Amino acid sequence: MRDRTAWTWHIAAGVVILVLLGLHMAIMHLDQTLGLFGVAGAEPVDWESVVARAGSAFFTVTYVLLLGAALYHGLYGLRNILLELNPGATLRRAVNVGLTALGLGLFVFGTWAALAAPGAAAVGG
Amino acid sequence: MESRARPNRLGVLGWVGGGRWGFERYLYTLHRLTGLGLVAYFVMHIFVTSARALGPESWEQAMDVVSGPLFAVGEYLVFAAFAFHAVNGIRLALIELGFAVGRPIEPVYPYATSVGRQRRLARAALMVAAVIALWGGLDFFVLA
Repeated sequence: MRDRTAWTWHIAAGVVILVLLGLHMAIMHLDQTLGLFGVAGAEPVDWESVVARAGSAFFTVTYVLLLGAALYHGLYGLRNILLELNPGATLRRAVNVGLTALGLGLFVFGTWAALAAPGAAAVGG
Repeated sequence: MESRARPNRLGVLGWVGGGRWGFERYLYTLHRLTGLGLVAYFVMHIFVTSARALGPESWEQAMDVVSGPLFAVGEYLVFAAFAFHAVNGIRLALIELGFAVGRPIEPVYPYATSVGRQRRLARAALMVAAVIALWGGLDFFVLA
C-alpha cells in the first residue's frame, strides 16, 4: 500500500475510533455520569452485563470494528515513529512484517473472543 | 507520515525536543506518548477481556487481577490519555484539511505565519481535553 493511502486510512480509522471508543468509554467508564441522565444499567464489568453485551449483535459488530480500527491506527502510528529513526532496508522490512503480523494476530484473537463470548455466556449462565 | 526526503537524523532527541517549533511541537510529542501508551494498554486490554470467552469464572478471575486502587488510577490515566489524544487528533485533522490556519496571503514584509491562528485552536483543544479529563476524574473517583 502506498504511504499516502495508508495515511488516509490512518485518519479514517481515527474517526471510527473517536466515535466507537467514545461510546465504549462512556458505557464502561463514565457509568456514574450516565446514571445522572438515567441511562446507566448494572455495573458494566459484572458478568450479567458482559453476557448482555455479548448477546447483542450491535455490541459484537462495533467491538470487532473498533478492534480492527484501533489496531490499524495504533500499529501504523507505531510504525511511523519507528521508521522515523531511518532504519536500514532489512530492519525496515522487519518492522513492516512484524507489526503487520502482530496486528493480524491480535485481530484474529480479539475477534475470536468476541464471537466465542455468547457461547461461553450460554454455558456459564 | 514518513518522509524519505528528510529523515529524522536526531533520533530520539528529534522525537522529544520542541526546538524552535514551540508549543504545538510539545503537543505533538504528547500526542505520540499518549498514543504509545494507549497502544500498550490496548494490547493488554485485548488479552484481559478475552477471558469472557472462557466463561464466568475466568472473567471474574481476570477482573480480580485488574481491580484495586492502583488499577483504578491506571485506568483513569488511560482515560485522560484518550481524552487528550482524541481532541488533539481532531485538531491535527482539522489543520491537515486546511481549517483554522487562515487564508493564504501574499508574502509581504512583515511576514505573517499561520502559527498565531493555529495557537487558538491548540488552546481550545487543550481546554476541551482538560474538561473531559476532569469530568472523567469526577466520575472515576468522586461519583463512584
